[in-house]
Amino acid sequence: MQKTFAVAAMLAAAGAAQAADNADLAAIRAQIDEMKKSYEQRIATLEKKLAQAESKASVQPVAAPAASQVGQPASGFNPEVSLILQGQYKNMKDVAERGITGFYPAGGHDHGEGAIPGISKRGFSVEHTELVLAANIDPYWRGQAIVAMVDGKAEVEEAWFQSLGLGHGVGLKGGRFRSGIGYLNEQHPHMWDFADAPLMYRAMFGAEASYVQDGVQFKWLAPTATFFEIGAEAGRGANFPGTDRNKNGSGSVAAFAHVGGDVGVSNNWRAGVSYLTTQAKAREGHFEDVGGVEALGKFSGDSRTWLVDFVWKWAPNGNPKYRNFKFQAEYLNRHEKGDFSCEDADSANPGACTGGLNSLYRTRQSGWYAQSVYQFTPNWRAGLRYEQLDSGHRDFGANAVNLALSDYRPKKATAMIDYSWSEFSRVRLQFAQDKSMLGITDNQLTVQYIMSLGAHGAHKF
Amino acid sequence: MKYLAIGFLLLAAALSARADLKVFATVPEWGALAKEIGGDKVKLYTATNAFQDPHRIEAKPSLLAQARQASLVIAAGADLEIGWLPLVLRDSGNSAIQPGRPGYFEAAAFVTRLEIPAVVDRAHGDVHAAGNPHTHLDPRNVLKVGEKLAARMAELDAANAAAYQAGLAAFSGKWQAAMARWEKEAAPLKGVAVLVHHQSFIYLTNWLGMKEVGTLEPKPGIEPTSGHLGALLQRQQATPARMVLRTAYQQDAPSQWIAGKTGIPAVLLPYTVGGTPEARDLFGLFDDTLQRLLKGLR
Repeated sequence: MQKTFAVAAMLAAAGAAQAADNADLAAIRAQIDEMKKSYEQRIATLEKKLAQAESKASVQPVAAPAASQVGQPASGFNPEVSLILQGQYKNMKDVAERGITGFYPAGGHDHGEGAIPGISKRGFSVEHTELVLAANIDPYWRGQAIVAMVDGKAEVEEAWFQSLGLGHGVGLKGGRFRSGIGYLNEQHPHMWDFADAPLMYRAMFGAEASYVQDGVQFKWLAPTATFFEIGAEAGRGANFPGTDRNKNGSGSVAAFAHVGGDVGVSNNWRAGVSYLTTQAKAREGHFEDVGGVEALGKFSGDSRTWLVDFVWKWAPNGNPKYRNFKFQAEYLNRHEKGDFSCEDADSANPGACTGGLNSLYRTRQSGWYAQSVYQFTPNWRAGLRYEQLDSGHRDFGANAVNLALSDYRPKKATAMIDYSWSEFSRVRLQFAQDKSMLGITDNQLTVQYIMSLGAHGAHKF
Repeated sequence: MKYLAIGFLLLAAALSARADLKVFATVPEWGALAKEIGGDKVKLYTATNAFQDPHRIEAKPSLLAQARQASLVIAAGADLEIGWLPLVLRDSGNSAIQPGRPGYFEAAAFVTRLEIPAVVDRAHGDVHAAGNPHTHLDPRNVLKVGEKLAARMAELDAANAAAYQAGLAAFSGKWQAAMARWEKEAAPLKGVAVLVHHQSFIYLTNWLGMKEVGTLEPKPGIEPTSGHLGALLQRQQATPARMVLRTAYQQDAPSQWIAGKTGIPAVLLPYTVGGTPEARDLFGLFDDTLQRLLKGLR
């Protein structure tokens, strides 16, 4: 009996011990499970982090609040800033005074006494560095300034305001701006498809190859499915072919009309016609007289210019990223009428103009260029340009005997190829055969770079 | 003279009676959404098609002419159209569609954007400071934008406000049902690793729980280089991708090259309405996208 009890007691004790073991085990298991879970979680988060780090090295997937503008500092109002770096290496003939035979020499940029003008620079050179600042002024106006810097000089290339809130298709611009005449005129050098401007732009507006107005521009876009736009400008008229005159009222008036549209999804075009009228007073230029002696001429009178421009762009399915083609051509016709006086440029070297001669001045001159650029991969483009000017009909009146005239037709043929790493960097190689000066065939080689930094705005069509 | 005046009055009345809401949509997906909401009350012009890279459009004369007449511009936003739309808006002479006015609507402003860069530096390519702009490939975003868009359309064209709200109600009912179906269908895609040509699909992969393990572009906006593709091929050993995705407007050669070397399928996704014959509308866009992804998985 006692023995049985003892056994029973032992069994009970053993059972209790077993029960205790079970409880411990369960606890241990729970602990292990917990650890497992927490490790799994940690591994999962680590994996996630790794995947994130792998897929976007620097771009982190941060969820933004719906209105991310909230809480931006006041510096958020700073204008969009961009800077254009441009420079070149050029191989060409050494010509003392570059001009275009038969065309009135336009005053170019003067970069200081004794400096070689930009157009004649051989070897390495840095072109204008353009600083662009632009922003909305308020809900009604937008402003933009472009300052070009070169060789210790900063020049206000453009500084204008533009309307945003007038509506009814009306656009108003005021300040200093590139005139809306022609096609290339509004484009800055970094947008050009070639390293230099067409001859006709140089002949017409000087080394800057653009007519800049200090004045106002009014534009109206018609409410039609086909693009139709007309515009008019009134300005100071101080720039070539006019001169700065001390007077009230406007010194130059321009008008233009553009029409454009699509042909299917792959083709777009724009055509335009423009007119510019301005006056010159004692516009100086160096000429060669019959004896080959340099004479100083001064023109006072009216200058009227007609321009016709046409652009055609093609891209498969209208997607220009991989392949696209662009054709553009412009024609100009300039008519100048007034008085001309001629005198010796250097009194120590008298020529046919000694003593000064006054006469009539009447010219009608024209020029054109046509160019094509084909982008055949996302990075590479190639282009060709041909151009020709006609010094045309020129009547110098009594001075005709004094000034050397020629029926020479300046010509130039250009080929280029360029490479762009991205939309913001480009390098270009260009060959040109320049016959713009009588008796000179100038084979030019240019290597050019164009880099744009910062918030680079959209380009026009 | 009197008859002439009456004639003008009638003409003016006839013109103003055409209460169409003229919508200028920069991209097909948001144009399609406006059409879903507005139906025949909306006169829609879509500036681009599915075969055009919306980053690289030019400020064409035809776009100016259309923007001139628009009463509502719907943009994707987040700087997607920065290369052309600001210029089109400014030169349109249309004050109603300028940013900040009710006539200017940016879809990206109403969704949670992904991939907002910590550093804005072009050394990282053509990064969008406001985040990834391709927001429409998450159908939940489409619904969010739809709600805001319907309200905006009602604000601009109060006479048809009820129609827009009804349009939205009908659309969101159908859309939610479709979303439930898509999420069920897409279950096998969860966790699937993919390569993408450009970061055009982050909202899609985020929605479906897929993993982007690499882009064919070395940096956003820079075309694939052979060196970078080679590096991706190396990575395929360690982090294998199951397919390589591209849109209808991107070149197929880089993804075909990867497909040829690795044996994983190169999958073209419609990306937007019109990108494939099946993607006729927004529903078709997601139906076809899922079909193509599931087919790629097999």
